[in-house]
Amino acid sequence: MHTYTKFGILVVVIIGTLAWLASGGISETATYYKTVAEIKNMGGDAHAKRLRVAGDVEDGSIQRNGRQVRFVLKQEADTLHVLYDGIEPLPDTFKGGAQAVADGRLQPDGTFHATKIQAKCASKYEAKPGQYKAKPAESGNKAAL
Amino acid sequence: MENLGTLAVILAFALSVYSVLASLIGKWKNREFLVVSGERAVLAIWGLLTIASGYLVYALQTDDFRLAYVAGHSNRTMPALYKFTAWWGGQEGSLLLWSWILSSYAAIVVWQNRRKFRAMMPYVTATLMVVQAFFLLLISFPLSPFEVLAVGREVTSVADGRGLNPLLQYWTMAIHPPTLYLGYVGFVVPFAFAMGSLITRAPGDSWIHTTRRWTLVTWMFQSSGILLGAGWAYAVLGWGGYWGWDPVENASLLPWITATAFLHSVMMQEKKGMMKIWNIVLVSSTFFLCILGTALTRSGIVQSVHAFAQSPISRYFTTFLALGIALVVYLILDRLDYLKSESHLESVLSRESSFLFNNLILLASCFSILWGTLFPVISEAVTGEKISVDAPFFNRVNIPIGLFLLLLTGIGPLIAWRRSSLESLKKAFLWPSLGGLATVAVLIAFGVRHLYALMSFGLCAFVLWTIVIEFYKGATAIAAKTGQNLLAAMVELTHRNTRRYGGYLVHVGIVIMFIGFTGAAFNKDATREVAMNDTFEIGRYTLRVRDLQEGENDHYRWWHAPIEVLVGGAQIDTLQPEQRLYKGADRQASSVVSIRRRLHEDLYLNFAGMTNDGKRAVIQAYVFPLVSWIWVGFFVLLFGTLVCLVPSKIKYQFARTQIVGQVAAPARENAVGKNVG
Repeated sequence: MHTYTKFGILVVVIIGTLAWLASGGISETATYYKTVAEIKNMGGDAHAKRLRVAGDVEDGSIQRNGRQVRFVLKQEADTLHVLYDGIEPLPDTFKGGAQAVADGRLQPDGTFHATKIQAKCASKYEAKPGQYKAKPAESGNKAAL
Repeated sequence: MENLGTLAVILAFALSVYSVLASLIGKWKNREFLVVSGERAVLAIWGLLTIASGYLVYALQTDDFRLAYVAGHSNRTMPALYKFTAWWGGQEGSLLLWSWILSSYAAIVVWQNRRKFRAMMPYVTATLMVVQAFFLLLISFPLSPFEVLAVGREVTSVADGRGLNPLLQYWTMAIHPPTLYLGYVGFVVPFAFAMGSLITRAPGDSWIHTTRRWTLVTWMFQSSGILLGAGWAYAVLGWGGYWGWDPVENASLLPWITATAFLHSVMMQEKKGMMKIWNIVLVSSTFFLCILGTALTRSGIVQSVHAFAQSPISRYFTTFLALGIALVVYLILDRLDYLKSESHLESVLSRESSFLFNNLILLASCFSILWGTLFPVISEAVTGEKISVDAPFFNRVNIPIGLFLLLLTGIGPLIAWRRSSLESLKKAFLWPSLGGLATVAVLIAFGVRHLYALMSFGLCAFVLWTIVIEFYKGATAIAAKTGQNLLAAMVELTHRNTRRYGGYLVHVGIVIMFIGFTGAAFNKDATREVAMNDTFEIGRYTLRVRDLQEGENDHYRWWHAPIEVLVGGAQIDTLQPEQRLYKGADRQASSVVSIRRRLHEDLYLNFAGMTNDGKRAVIQAYVFPLVSWIWVGFFVLLFGTLVCLVPSKIKYQFARTQIVGQVAAPARENAVGKNVG
């Protein structure tokens, strides 16, 4: 067989195997981004898929019970009760008022069973200078000028 | 005073545009002084950006809260070190760091080559300055680090700033981002030389020789930056792992992968004149992936733990990327004749073939990681639903890739160029294969059943054996001639061909790291609520909570849980995980994990807080076998890379055919020997 043919076959086999592994991986872990409001409107579908919900952690709603952590995720008027009992420690940035993302499945009783929690990170690549400018004026800081 | 900073940056931006124009026009119209002027502008830009950066650092150190950036990322009580690191604690400042590092690299390039490569330098300078102009455009106008707080038209200040988040106030913050930037930014240089060579159709592979050191140094910084991030995440950020396949982590890995592929495939071009198009594609991809990585990290288009707010900055980056890729594709297609291969693949059993597979598999990994990272963006564009994939996807694809790469690492160096006979292969690989199989057999005898782990350990043994044989063979040959002892002979052997043997050392480092990664197959974890003097077990350890203390200092409140570690009834250690709650506007919580690091396993404890009734502590315990091998392997890799950078004692000359010029090329009026742009 011509060298390039042999080589080509090997390449196809390797890429094919990887593609098969990849598609299996995608279907296993595909997680749909939803907002809290969208989950409420999803109906029956919501229970079948793995979901990723983002929202704000309601202040004072975090309750720990051994490994289990319960809290409420809210977005404007909609709320979602979340239960997390994974083995990984909760991120340090996870607290009342923080933005959080929960991966998991919606249970028949309406609670969201999360297998992974992420919370907004420390680095401040966020507010543009313009957004920050307002605060000093509001807090009435007129330091030495 | 803040105007000084703004002025310096805007002036630098103007000069970078000037430098592009001067270099190109000077080249096209044959005006040498314009080319030199363009190069001098590069040096001037470095001076200006040093002033601008110096001013920002000064403003941070002196608590100048009139600047919005200082107020946003620093405060009075922070130690001086963190006031310095606040330079890159936010978007604008880190872009300034990016620009300053680029200007430093550009200045070095221009200085080193002031008497060399005169034909292609104008294009090298122009490429560097186009990138420079882009970043300076960003910090001159939309994202200036020198914006002041203002009420109406009056500049105000605040009494104290927000400060750097306590999670970032660790010494690693001082080195992880700058090291990563030294990597990211550095990849522009080989790209610039590739462009210069391509545009001028420079004969030979001079651009590869020139940039080999640059690429190695940059790759070294990128590797270090990535590993520092992993080590920091593991020890400090306390989520119990070192790699989460987070988009920002992936962004730093992608150019590293293509750079690794490039470092290997250049050998094909040097020795056999093959893969020329591919190498240009690789070095360009590395550069564009760096830009993409920078964009991903800052724009928030993909949800990430390093998540940043949605930002219009992505618009600038996408445009820059699109234009850049279009230009490079055009150049490659236009100069395909210049990039023709000088020889071809002769056998599947050859070193060329193993390099090709090396590249194929690395690029497959890169593609899969890119695909997985951008999946939410792609799926939303195609189906309207935002779908993300998680760690299991990345692991499923990349673990087999890693194992195949390990195999190639063992085979590649020992297989001959052009074609290898099965006989020679059998001779070369008999003992290493036996060693690998023996390792697997021993592990199975000890009860290990995890398939991937067995394959990994077996391959690691195989590769290590091949490398040891190489060193041994070479050293004994030298020792026979010079009478040195074996160790001295190995040093001599390495010194004679630092590239080859330094490379072997890097491979050893990789193998050690793979052993560390494989340990994860045997991780254990346990989460318990424990009262005073309660014990619980994990692995071979018994853990007893001695005490529950709390206290307070100027910066934070703390809760402390000293935990005794016993093995077989005897106490061997006490670990002290801690929870902190920082004072200040953010009320940031921080868990300070306690790790007992040993070569064979780490015992990792996290104090997750008290139960709701306040009577018991929630302790999360993990056993991570072999994880320290990762850090050890990294240092070996670093050492190997440094060895590669040492000039060899003997310069090897390779006889090979090489296209040195074209005679009477049709329809282009090229005179032989003249470089026409």
